[in-house]
This record gives sequence, C-alpha cells and structure tokens, in this order.
Amino acid sequence: MGTGFFTSVDDVSAKLAGAGYLASTAVATTVFLADRLGKPLLVEGPAGVGKTELAKAVAQVSGSRLVRLQCYEGIDEARALYEWNHAKQLLRITAGRDETWEQARTDIFGEEFLLRRPLLTAISSDEPTVLLIDETDKADMEVEGLLLEVLGDFQVTVPELGTITATRAPFAVLTSNATRELSEALRRRCLFLHIGFPDEELERDIVRLKVPGIDAALADSVVRVIAALRAMDLRKLPSVAETVDWARTLLALGASTLDDQVVRESLGVVLKHQDDIAKAGAGLKLEQVLDAS
Amino acid sequence: MTGGVPERLAEFVRALRAQGIPAGPSETVDAAAALEVLGLDDRSLVREGLAAALVRRGGQRAVFDAAFDLYFPAGIGTPERAREDRPTTLEELREELAAALAEGDQQALGQLAGLAVELLGQYGSASGPGGGFSAHQTLERLQPQTLIARVLAAVRGGGARGEFTDRLDRDEIRRRVEGFRGQVRTEARRRAAEVRGRERVAKHAIAPSPDRVDFLIASRTQLAELRRTIQPLSRKLATRLAARRKRTTRGQIDLRRTLRRSLSTGGVPLRPAYRHRRPGRPEIVLLCDLSGSVAGFANFTMLLVQALRDQFSKIRVFAFVDSTDEVTHLVTTGAADPEHLGARMLAEAALVRWDGHSDYGGSLRQFTANWLDAVGPRTSVLILGDARTNGGDPNLDAVREIKARARHVYWLNPERRSLWSTGDSAALEYAGVVEMHECRTVHQLGTLVTRLLPV
Repeated sequence: MGTGFFTSVDDVSAKLAGAGYLASTAVATTVFLADRLGKPLLVEGPAGVGKTELAKAVAQVSGSRLVRLQCYEGIDEARALYEWNHAKQLLRITAGRDETWEQARTDIFGEEFLLRRPLLTAISSDEPTVLLIDETDKADMEVEGLLLEVLGDFQVTVPELGTITATRAPFAVLTSNATRELSEALRRRCLFLHIGFPDEELERDIVRLKVPGIDAALADSVVRVIAALRAMDLRKLPSVAETVDWARTLLALGASTLDDQVVRESLGVVLKHQDDIAKAGAGLKLEQVLDAS
Repeated sequence: MTGGVPERLAEFVRALRAQGIPAGPSETVDAAAALEVLGLDDRSLVREGLAAALVRRGGQRAVFDAAFDLYFPAGIGTPERAREDRPTTLEELREELAAALAEGDQQALGQLAGLAVELLGQYGSASGPGGGFSAHQTLERLQPQTLIARVLAAVRGGGARGEFTDRLDRDEIRRRVEGFRGQVRTEARRRAAEVRGRERVAKHAIAPSPDRVDFLIASRTQLAELRRTIQPLSRKLATRLAARRKRTTRGQIDLRRTLRRSLSTGGVPLRPAYRHRRPGRPEIVLLCDLSGSVAGFANFTMLLVQALRDQFSKIRVFAFVDSTDEVTHLVTTGAADPEHLGARMLAEAALVRWDGHSDYGGSLRQFTANWLDAVGPRTSVLILGDARTNGGDPNLDAVREIKARARHVYWLNPERRSLWSTGDSAALEYAGVVEMHECRTVHQLGTLVTRLLPV
C-alpha cells in the first residue's frame, strides 16, 4: 500500500527540484521508498537542514493536503488525535428534552460531535494527504504509543465509534532533532533518513536557487567558507539555513567578493555563540591578516 | 529477485548485527522490499535504500557504509584500471594522484585507490595463506600527505589569486587526502575480504560506531570523535534527567490544599491540589584517577558531568595520581577539551608527588583528610578509575568513611568486568564496599549517568 506520488527516484528529484527543494540521492531514494512501500519516514538531522521543508515540498509536488502535528512537551491524545466536543454535546442534550436516554446517547457520540485533531484528520481524509509530525522527540513517551497504532496500521480506535481505518494511507513524515531517543518500536515502523549537511556541489546549487541574483563566484566562496567552518570544532555548526541567510546578507550588503572585513562583520549571521565566533576568527586567520594590513 | 541476493542480504544483516546495529527480521524484509522497488542497477540507490531500511540512528551510518562496501562491492578482483595502461612507477602513480586531488575528481580518486592497493598494498602471496592486502602498507609507501604542497601549487596555478578563500585551499586539500585514505582503506578491505572471506574481515576491520568504542583502547581520531558526542549526549541526558524529575513529583496529592479548596464546593474535593516539590539540586563530587592509561576516560566523564552542570547545584572535581588535588576550576565547558585538559591538570594541580604511578590508598587518605567536608548527606560521589593500586594498600576504610557521609557512592570502572581483581587491581575489594559499574563505552556511560545520577 503506497501513496503512489512518484514513478522513480529521478522523478522524485526532478519534481522536488521543481518545488525548490534540491534533494540528495539519499533523500530522493528514501522518499521514493516511503512512497512505494507506504511506510512512514523518520527524518533526523541537525536543525536547519530542511527536514520540515521536505514534507512541505512533497505535499506541494503531489498536490496533497499537508496536515501538520507540531509536537511539544505535554501534548496528549486530545490534541493529537481527537476530542469530543463537550459543549456541543451538552447543548444537544438540553435541546432534545423529551427524547429518551437511548436516543440521546447514540446521537451525541456521532461524527458531528467529534473534534478531529491532526492524526485523525490525516487518517480519515479521502484526498491525498501528507502527514507531518514535527519534532517528535519533544513529545512525551506516551504519545509514541499513540503513534504506533496510527503509523503501523494507519488506523485509529475511538471507543464509542469503533476503528477508523484510512481509505488512503497518508504519506507520513516524522522529524526529530534527537534530543531524546525515540523508542525502538517507533523506529522500526519507519524508514530512517538522516539528513546531514549537503556536499559542496549540492549546497552551491541550493544557495543559487534560494538566493537568486547571487554571483556564482560569491556563492562558491560562501560554500567553501561554510565547509571550512564545519570542519572546525564549534559548539553549533552552521546549517544550510545559515548558509542561505549568510548569502542573503552578503547580497544585501552589496558584497561581490569575500574579504576579511565583510566576513568579520557578517560572521554573526552564521555562528550564534560568541566563543564560536572567536574560534572561527582564529581558524579563518581573520586577525592575522588584520595585523598584516 | 535474482538468486543469491536474499542470501547475500541475510549475510549482510548478520554482519550489521555483529557490529551493534540491531536489525531484526522486519527490517530485513523491508530491505528486501526496498531492493525489489529500486532494482539492482544503481549501486548508490541500493546503498541508500538499504540504509533507509536497516539503519536506525544517525551514528550508525559509517559502520553501515563500511559493511556495505564489503558485502556489495563495486567490483571483483583486480580493478579495471590495473589491467590496462597502469602506471609503472611509484612516482607516476603519485603524479596521477596529485592531479586527481587538485581536480577533486572523485571517480579518478576511486580508481587510483584501487590501483594503489593493487600495486603497493599486497603482502605475502595474494592467494596463499598469510597473504593479503594492507591499507597501512599502501599508505606508508604512497605517502599521499606529502603531496599536499604539490597539489596546492597545481590548484593555484602559479601564484595566489589574492582572494579570501585562498586560505582555505590547504585545509580543503587535506580533507581530500583524508577522503582518499578512506577510499584506500575501503578498497583494501574489499580485496582482503576476497582472500579471507567477508565475515572475518567484517568482524575485525570495520571500526565500531563511536559510542561503542572502548575508552581504554580508543585511538586519537576516535577520541576526537567521542569529544564531538559530548554536547548532544549531555543535552539528551539533561532531557532524560528532567523527565525523571518530573515523574517523581507527579500525582502526589497535597492534602491540606485539597481540603482548603474543597470548602468552596461544600466540602467535596472536586479539584484535587497536587504537591509540587521544588526541584532538588543535588551535589556531585567526582574523584578521578588521572594516571596515564585511564586518563582519557576520566577526562571524558568529567566533561560530560560538567556539561550537565545546570542540572546540579554544585559539582566539585578532584583528581589524583599519587596525590589528590581539587581541579574544579580547570574543568570549564567550552574552553576545555579533553586532550589538553589532562595535561593541564597534571601541570597545574599537585597530582604527582613521586613516580606517577597511581596510589589509591594514599590519595583516598588525602581526600578524606582534606576535603571530606565536600561530601555531605546530599552529595553523590562518583569515583572513576580502574582500581589498579600497583600493589599498594587499597585503603578501604577511607572509602567506607566517604560512603558513610554521602548519599550515594558509585565507582565507574573502565575495565571489562572479567579483568577486575586480576593483577594489581583491587576492584572486587572496592566493589564489596561501594557499588561498582563497568563503564567501557560512551553508550554504557550514557545509560549509567542517567540511572545513577540523583534527581
């Protein structure tokens, strides 16, 4: 049971590129497999490498509806799955005063009084759907148990209504920053994709796509400096998002090439810790050149 | 699916399991399904497809790749390149390598790696007993690191271009050379596997993922890799500790406030009030053996606990070799890295008085004499060391004294359990007094720290 959005790995790359998402071979292959095998996709990786963007791009190119569940500490069934609309149920009971209890009971636990939360929405939808469960690691352990049924069999059990099975399996994407180890049970229901930092060639293409109007040589220099920064021992390595931000900043500053002055002034866009900036300055020999000039 | 692929896949999964990637039958089935969908035409697709199905964590990818190259090799036997127009001398080979490095041409580099192993890496008779291929020997003879200057000159094409990125050239080339060394290692493993069988090579030649490397035998690069894991690990542990803290205070009813509240509803306790305990900030004392062999382990643990600093009100770190001294002020996150930390401690604190052999008895005596007031009823004491006393008095009384004052005392021993109390180790004697745990890898350290540290 697959979603059948794509016909081949190359098709995935081409379509995603059309939506402004440049996928590496690993990303394209895994997306294609998830699509074909109908398995959820668990995406891990550092912040800012485009985990959430991937789900959005897939939704866009397949013309699906994107249903997003943002996880946070303390999220529960009522927020993730469904909830009964108590206020409306009360109204219904008071409105029908002279009917019997039997009638009222069968009525108030009907679809009309069910508040659908993202997971149920995605399962019960008839149109093609991309289900994005964002930052799964932020949710508590109990929610993972909930996800097992939803992602394993694409079904949800509501005690009063019975089991609702998906007529069309959604394309499910889970993202995680690995602040917490997800349970083994959840992991083995998913295909695993680790998005790391892209190689230089891909990153150069990303920069040129996201920052139109940037000079090719400048894009090249930016990517090379970022690669050098990533090889350093920093607290927070710059991600693709930072690369793009930096390229935009440089464009806004009107810099056509990199030099010490520009790099020193704009390094704050790329690195977020003071000691990282100091270390990078030493690593890129910014000070040394300053002394010489 | 063509014959032989299922068997090869099962063999591959077995090798992964032996390397600590727990792929079960359901993953294997997924992997087979992935192969069915993707076909076997494109090796890089097969690699990514299998990784999606079999790998479960980011850190396992390196192990997976190494095993993949063994079980699904890019070719068989002598590489194509070595059969025709092969360079005849070492100098010619180095010349070609320099050109390929300057270009950054991955395909050419791959071919050259195959060629280098074929020409330089062979020892013994290739097919006979005792023969094989060695990456070490190849790299020793080829010396790719000595090419950096030549490549640099080729890249710059005469003079520096006067651009900002010029200063990056050298490091980039160094990374390319490092990549080439990796390719040579992969190629040597592939050739060796053909001579000696895949399973044997898989067992010995694939480096384990960093969190399963033994502290005591970790190489320099492995230690550097371990260091990179400190930040994520400490963040993970902090989340886990916070979760445990929250759980312990959940669901306790505050009777007094519940009754007070129930007055407004006619004495019926409709809304129970829960007790919120203020989070305790436990104190930690680390007592570390810094003598040569175990120093890497102690440094690493120290940094990890220090990184968890915001979880604890007070951490004090003591180190000893044959004399104890406080080193809390030297262990600061960010600024310190384990490599230099040990050296700085040995230089700046009074740890060595005599010959630099660890003296547990004397050091413990010194600790109890001078700093016993650091240990109070809220303190957890972690002692890190291999308990090798060099034949001296283990001074169990001092440990008992510490234990009597502290809330918990744990001993983390980086040696495997079967070696405890062999030779000059007094591990089991200490283990009789305090709880001792084997802590050989980052993986074990992670589990122990969350389990043992107080909440």
